[in-house]
Amino acid sequence: MNYDKELDARGLACPLPIVKTRKALNDLTSGQVLRVVATDSGSVADMKAFAEQTGNELLSSAQEGATYLFYLKRR
Amino acid sequence: MTQKRMALIATKGTLDWAYPPFILASTAASLGYEVQIFFTFYGLQLLRKDISHIKISPLANPAMPMPVPMPVLVQALPGMEAMATMMMKNKMKSKGVASLDDLRSICIESDVKFIGCQMTVDLFEFKKEDFIPQTQFGGAAMFLGFAGDADISLFI
Repeated sequence: MNYDKELDARGLACPLPIVKTRKALNDLTSGQVLRVVATDSGSVADMKAFAEQTGNELLSSAQEGATYLFYLKRR
Repeated sequence: MTQKRMALIATKGTLDWAYPPFILASTAASLGYEVQIFFTFYGLQLLRKDISHIKISPLANPAMPMPVPMPVLVQALPGMEAMATMMMKNKMKSKGVASLDDLRSICIESDVKFIGCQMTVDLFEFKKEDFIPQTQFGGAAMFLGFAGDADISLFI
């Protein structure tokens, strides 16, 4: 999937993945895509909740080994 | 959609109790909430400029996971508190948990408002210069003005 910016949140625990995602999304313009790489298993549920509550669409949420990959579209 | 509000009251000053208000506040702010935290009694310690002194005591803390079982009398020995604090901080660092300083900075950057209890300052004769400049001093009535319309109100 194409993306405009990547956020490396590996090794970071709650609430940092969400906090940094919000910040990274603020730097994008509407419609742009942010890719987030995380290792915190809690981030799966958190990203979904974040997307639902902020209106930034979660395009995909996947797990590759011990890493979690998220693609979010800036609203 | 009007902005949601979260009101937190932070009354404790130990390391384990310091995390919940800052984590909840920074997360809520990331989700678009307007957040205010009222720091009172021991919670006011969390607003000091230097918070490296915030500790955790193993004494009579049966819920604390310990590498080895430790009788209460041993927990009370000199140095145990410093050791427990150091171990907890190291553990948090190794697991990628943000430091208290970083979390507090994130809150400030996210426009979380910190209200310091004026009564506590007077009671313990604290000096306002010891606290971070972002602190607004006030009382319960001032805080209730915000909390009365909050969607989430929590006492920590």
